[in-house]
Amino acid sequence: MIDQEAPLSLILFSGTDDRLGAAAILATGAAAMGRPVNVFLQYWALDAFRREKIAAWHGAAPESGPSGATLVRESQAQRHWSELFQQAKDIGDVKIHACALSMELFDITPADLDPLVDDVEGVAAFMSDATQGPITFI
Amino acid sequence: MTLTDMVITKTIDARGMACPGPLMTLIGAIRAGAVGDTFAVHSSDAGSKTDIPAWTAKAKHELVEVRPQDGYSTFIVRKAH
Repeated sequence: MIDQEAPLSLILFSGTDDRLGAAAILATGAAAMGRPVNVFLQYWALDAFRREKIAAWHGAAPESGPSGATLVRESQAQRHWSELFQQAKDIGDVKIHACALSMELFDITPADLDPLVDDVEGVAAFMSDATQGPITFI
Repeated sequence: MTLTDMVITKTIDARGMACPGPLMTLIGAIRAGAVGDTFAVHSSDAGSKTDIPAWTAKAKHELVEVRPQDGYSTFIVRKAH
């Protein structure tokens, strides 16, 4: 239906809800426009995808300040970033990979992760998926 | 054909929905619909003004009309294939 485009590869590092929200918007837009999306979860972003706490408040980036944090909290209460990732997966080719090293570092097992996460991958495997198209670090 | 005499298969009231919610709702409706179905989407999201035409062109459906309304826009999209 939609001509295939170069994939978008997102490396998510930050676990704050504003950055995860912005990343979810990018993934959704790319999926809608026919781009495959590869998401690689590292560090705090991976921690935020834990089944137990994916819906919890993960704070906002330091530059947001108290009023900015309230704004982020309100927008996330209205539509959470995890719902957007689900919508992106529903309409497009969106894969979410957990970084193997971060899994070890944070002592996370696949069963601890939200079902949005497809698999655990090493960095080289992720890079081999991301040979075409831009790589964005968020 | 104008907005008033067109046969609309389904009207989607996405007013108040944040970007890219209206587009996502339209994509879902188009997928579930039949070829020739015509959808009206009411959206107050500013992003829809660029996103719905961009997606419609990319997905090769037909953007029949964009009508500015009071505080929102109505997008008429026909499922072309």
